[in-house]
Amino acid sequence: MRHLLSISDLSRTEALQILNTAEELAKVSDGPMKKLPTLRGRTIVNLFAEDSTRTRISFEAAAKRLSADVINFSAKGSSVSKGESLKDTAQTLQAMGADAVIIRHSASGSAQRLADNQWMTGSVVNAGDGTHEHPSQALLDAFTIRKNLAHGGDDLTGLHIAIVGDVLHSRVARSNVLLLTKLGAKVTLVAPPTLLPVGIDSWPVSVTYDFDSVIGSVDAVMMLRIQMERMSEMFFPNAREYSRYFGLNRDRLKTMKPTAIVMHPGPMNRGLEITADSADSARSVILEQVTNGVSVRMAILYLLLAGSQEIGASE
Amino acid sequence: MSSTILVAGGELPDGRKCDLLVTDGVISEISPKIDVKAERTINAKDCIVLPGLVDLHTHLREPGKEDAETVQSGSLAGVRGGFTALSAMANTSPVADTAGVVEQVYRLGQSAGLLDVFPIGAVTRNLEGEHLAEIGAMADSAARVRIFSDDGHCVFDPLVMRRALEYVKKFNGVVAQHAQEPRLTMGAQMNEGVVSSQLGLKGWPAIAEEAIIARDILLADHVQARLHICHLTTAGGVEIIRWAKARGISVTAEVTPHHLLLTDELARSYDPVFKVNPPLRTESDVMALREALADGTIDIVATDHAPHPAESKECEWQEASFGMLGLETALSIVNQTMVQSGLLTWSQVADRMSYSPARIGLYEEHGQEIAVGSKAHLTVMNPTATYRVDRDLVASRSRNTPFHGMELPGTVLATIFNGAVVFEGARP
Amino acid sequence: MSLALPAPDMDRAITRISHEILERNSGSDSITLLGIPTRGAHLAARIASKIEAIEGRAAQCGTLDITLHRDDLRLRPPRALMPTTIPALGVEDRNVILVDDVLFSGRTIRAALDALGEIGRPRTVQLAVLVDRGHRQLPIRADYVGKNLPTSPTQIIKVQFTELDGVDAVSLEEGDK
Repeated sequence: MRHLLSISDLSRTEALQILNTAEELAKVSDGPMKKLPTLRGRTIVNLFAEDSTRTRISFEAAAKRLSADVINFSAKGSSVSKGESLKDTAQTLQAMGADAVIIRHSASGSAQRLADNQWMTGSVVNAGDGTHEHPSQALLDAFTIRKNLAHGGDDLTGLHIAIVGDVLHSRVARSNVLLLTKLGAKVTLVAPPTLLPVGIDSWPVSVTYDFDSVIGSVDAVMMLRIQMERMSEMFFPNAREYSRYFGLNRDRLKTMKPTAIVMHPGPMNRGLEITADSADSARSVILEQVTNGVSVRMAILYLLLAGSQEIGASE
Repeated sequence: MSSTILVAGGELPDGRKCDLLVTDGVISEISPKIDVKAERTINAKDCIVLPGLVDLHTHLREPGKEDAETVQSGSLAGVRGGFTALSAMANTSPVADTAGVVEQVYRLGQSAGLLDVFPIGAVTRNLEGEHLAEIGAMADSAARVRIFSDDGHCVFDPLVMRRALEYVKKFNGVVAQHAQEPRLTMGAQMNEGVVSSQLGLKGWPAIAEEAIIARDILLADHVQARLHICHLTTAGGVEIIRWAKARGISVTAEVTPHHLLLTDELARSYDPVFKVNPPLRTESDVMALREALADGTIDIVATDHAPHPAESKECEWQEASFGMLGLETALSIVNQTMVQSGLLTWSQVADRMSYSPARIGLYEEHGQEIAVGSKAHLTVMNPTATYRVDRDLVASRSRNTPFHGMELPGTVLATIFNGAVVFEGARP
Repeated sequence: MSLALPAPDMDRAITRISHEILERNSGSDSITLLGIPTRGAHLAARIASKIEAIEGRAAQCGTLDITLHRDDLRLRPPRALMPTTIPALGVEDRNVILVDDVLFSGRTIRAALDALGEIGRPRTVQLAVLVDRGHRQLPIRADYVGKNLPTSPTQIIKVQFTELDGVDAVSLEEGDK
């Protein structure tokens, strides 16, 4: 594995390997060993051309726990925002000796362009490219689901997961659909028709416009963030209508299965797609997702950078 | 020009194998064997001799974007592709919306001297879609503009389109519409479909093109004017045009070589060399376009040659410019997709790429049958020789060809313009 | 291939090591056995059960995965991680007995010492191995050795445990030159 650009690049085995490695690394983080020397001497660059504190900090924590050196290259005030091209940025980082670049960018496909163009020799990790994918988020979501709902198997067979919200613009949704189905789960998308892409019939999912019809039968509800800007493009008439039909509120929470969990990639719009008491309820694993994010990202960095660059091989 | 050229041993579009003599810019003799000492002899054995190709849709970028292309470099690319006439679209900088700019482009073409450059005039001032440009002045100018187009932009206002269609009737002109409903394509990046749903790139629905085509066909019929549809890309659009022609509505349509071959699957690489307006569509659209070109529903092939400098294509998809090169590869793409597949004969290729474009643009000296007395604009090509497309070796100033690395069938051996050899390729 | 230690001899060696550990550390109260996966963990479990049989109460026993501390990670594709489980009383101020099946270059034990150092500060660290085959590349030595087996560097030592391999044995094979 040289890059992590998209979930579709991972086989089921590789995806499970990341989760299992994260499992071991999580124990390390829980225990007294807070720092590991494994990536000592490696330089990891966070290239965040789009604002994001939580993902960047998560990757930074992961890299530092493995003793890698971290350089932060964030959009505001950097040459990226002044119009320096992706190519120039990449070549600059290469000249600085980056072993890996973790890229978050507003353009779909930018991680792949960075990797394909051979502007740099390091590994590229997609931390969210436009509305395309966010692989590490899906991996930490799968990890969280497995941890909380394990049926004894190592994958997600037999579980039913609802992903609710702006699927059209969500890279989290795209990566999760690919990963959760790859790991054997059944996925149902819940959204207003305006927020589902044309071509959704080709996805391996069920689709419904009626949240209440599925909420009682799923094992996990993954709420997606709604962006307020969407209202000016008339995807839905106003916030009230959206919350009424697609928000996770106390009444809906009560109808969930006793073991079902509530998830959200963050940041949340409390009161819009999810009410405060849903977010803070005992079913919510939202904070655990954040913790798991560090372990999963440590696993990704370990598998990409610790060994030699032979393709596809692992012990 | 007092010179003679002998084109020996080639095959004419109608299948006749013969020699052809060009004297003083005109075809002077056609016979099975011409025994004459000409100043120049072209060995056309195994080659097809076509009437000089005419492109009705070319972006030459001059004035204003000479880093991408100039009239000179575009002309060079044109003759390499076998073209003897190009039609320069108006979206230059300044826009070709006055007699002054179109005359400038016309003169640049004349001084390059490789082929005829016919400027296309804008429909509206500055391509803004609000006020008609000085259409009459452009028609009367030395450039004698007959085709008007805001290409790059759609004439979206139905009232403006109606007025334009009516106004050009004065000189038997034609409005060439770039069909793209702006409200349905805000920020659109690629065809809206299965692929775009997976790639997270904003989709460009087929109906954004089809709705405008339908509207303008009905308008053209109502005001009894000629309409030309640029770069048709969808099966739905084909059906609408077929319906219109069956009713005798005076509409013509063009298809680009890239839309005859490439699909939206190529966007999976996120390589902006495949980003084009209108976008690459699906396999079934490609098949429908080929059938339509074969049965004449689509009248012509036009390249929509759109050069862009490296920095406009070596970036993220969203930031990249729309457009692909097309002049140098057009004939071989048509050869591969239409002739080799049995959909078109060479005689029909002569129609789609020479007679009909010249007829639509009213280019009287072009698109003439290969006959004694006709103007000597000729393209000699070897249909079976293949070549590998190399973006570093193109004549264009830009390198954004989507066919880089592909092996294509059909090489242009020679292009004759006005009785002079303006391009001679190497014999394979 | 030759059988260096058949099952009964293997068992006697493990018994002897267990007694030696108890003797040196005056009983089992202060010791924490940490086996290095995979086979070191099995060996540690064997030693722990023998100690329990002798002393009448369970000994502290766990595993210590050293993958993340290896010095040769870059030479091969990334390795899968093994479990690390530290028993309830931890390692702080304890006599930690690292347990591995074969002692060779010493690099594994060096990594284990680094890993242990991140966890806490033992009172002592001791090393028990089933086989010492020589060819040390670092100044590391074992406190308890089941059998000394001189080998040439290209030979391969194969240690098998019934729980994992179906049989108890230590064998010697010629490797590729």
